[in-house]
Amino acid sequence: MAEVAHAVRSYWLIALLWIRAAMAYPLSFWTMTVGGVLITFLDFVAIWLMFSHIDSYGGFTLREIALLYGVTSIAFRVADMLVGSVEKIGQKVRTGELDAMMSKPVPVLVQLCADRFELRRLGQIAQAVAVFAWAAPTVEWTPQRLAVLVMALVSGVVIYFCVFVTFSTIQFWTLDASEFANAFTYGGNTIMQYPMTIFPREVVRSLTYLLPLTFVNWYPCLFLLGLHDPFGAPDWFRFASPLAALALVGVTTLVWRQGLRRYRSTGS
Amino acid sequence: MSLIEVRDLSREFTIRKRAGRLRRTSVVKQAVHDLSFEIDAGEMVGYIGPNGAGKSTTIKMLTGILVPSGGSARVAGLEPSRQRRELARRIGVVFGQRTSLWWDLPLRDSFELLRRIYRIGDRTYHRNLDDHVALLDLGDLMDTPVRQLSLGQRMRGDIAAALLHDPEILYLDEPTIGLDVISKGRLREFLRALNHERGTTLMLTTHDLQDIEALCDRVIVIDHGTAVFDGPLPSLRANGDASRTLVVDLVDEASPIAIEGARVLKVEGPRQWLSFPAGASAAPLVAQVAAAYDVADLSIHEPDIEDVIRQLYSR
Repeated sequence: MAEVAHAVRSYWLIALLWIRAAMAYPLSFWTMTVGGVLITFLDFVAIWLMFSHIDSYGGFTLREIALLYGVTSIAFRVADMLVGSVEKIGQKVRTGELDAMMSKPVPVLVQLCADRFELRRLGQIAQAVAVFAWAAPTVEWTPQRLAVLVMALVSGVVIYFCVFVTFSTIQFWTLDASEFANAFTYGGNTIMQYPMTIFPREVVRSLTYLLPLTFVNWYPCLFLLGLHDPFGAPDWFRFASPLAALALVGVTTLVWRQGLRRYRSTGS
Repeated sequence: MSLIEVRDLSREFTIRKRAGRLRRTSVVKQAVHDLSFEIDAGEMVGYIGPNGAGKSTTIKMLTGILVPSGGSARVAGLEPSRQRRELARRIGVVFGQRTSLWWDLPLRDSFELLRRIYRIGDRTYHRNLDDHVALLDLGDLMDTPVRQLSLGQRMRGDIAAALLHDPEILYLDEPTIGLDVISKGRLREFLRALNHERGTTLMLTTHDLQDIEALCDRVIVIDHGTAVFDGPLPSLRANGDASRTLVVDLVDEASPIAIEGARVLKVEGPRQWLSFPAGASAAPLVAQVAAAYDVADLSIHEPDIEDVIRQLYSR
């Protein structure tokens, strides 16, 4: 337990240092933050514009899609801010920085995730929260639904965290595959912004059993909206986000340990 | 029990090579092979060898960065690859070719961060900071971002950082690479004082044999991943076919001196260079020369350590 506390404390110590460093240039910090909000906002405007021609997409209204968008984006952006730096593993290996990290008494994963912590990503989280807030009235809120929402958001952050780490770890084998990791992290979030009904059954199955991103927003949002899965998945899937997150944590731990053991460092 | 114990340590790397359009063949390269040695607390050991001999690979296995493929290593009673983080609190590592400081942050911030992640007590931290910052002449550089430091300054910063938590062992991988003569001299002085006053065990890899001569009581020479010599510096000199040189200045020019046990290397006017085995005594030789010739001056040159090591490698 003390180990975990030290790891978390170290994470924030390193992150704080980068926040302080960024705050040394306040103008740059704020323009980057606002820029981040604008870019992600345009992202949603695209969906909104689409709805000026149609009333529903895949059987979902604009607000319902905004709900899916909000839940996946909040989870993804929080994970991105907290652990997104991990995708730079390949670069750290090449420059030898990973060796330096490995000779310090803090877990390497903690150091990788906290490295160059970017507080300005709060802007993107704010955009995701705003879209969610706009969508929220479409749900008839009950205590159970609120509980499922909280569960989904926490599990969602964990699921995206695992996706970031697992696909970045592949760089221990390939060194230069950060683009490959991006396809699953950023790409995954983009797919999850749409209702699954617009995709073929095989895609939805893969996103349930192989890379369980549907547990971030699709199944829990079905419950929030009082719907059953159009593909006929069991109803309890709508509460199963924590299970999916736990399973993914297990896989990620294995992959990470294996990657670190296989690490071969650079020459000299 | 020794502080560092290495027994039959091996590490191999699989290198994949392209063979044809799609086929790949893999070659197994032995970077370190059945390496064994022990280092006691307080020793200063030079770890030398040609490029690719396995020096850095050894250091990385001793710090737990690389997992050995065979044999065992114990450092301060710990198994490096399994207890890497625990070991990290007890050792310091300085890689000469790169920094373990945070590139964009001032030294002061890096030191503060290390203080917290190593959980260094206030007294220890301030004592080390005061001592090392003064001795390494870092006082004026504390607020400069690491990326703006010169190589020598950065190296001093790295060494101060590696010593903040009072490590029992300090590994230095090429600590003087790229430094000018004055910086090298000061760094050596600092390291010697560290070893004498605090008893810190030093293990350094280097290409600069003057580092070894200035610092190390003991040398381990590694080639092709195996130790080819382990012992004190003087016996490294006596080892092998090393020879000493007697330089004789005669009063007048003469034909090459003919004396048993020595061989004339070169004649240049009245000066002649005679080679004789490093193990032999110079006294009888000098006596014979003085008896037969009018000698103006004499001097004896010790074998160049680089030559000795070159001979070791070429075996």
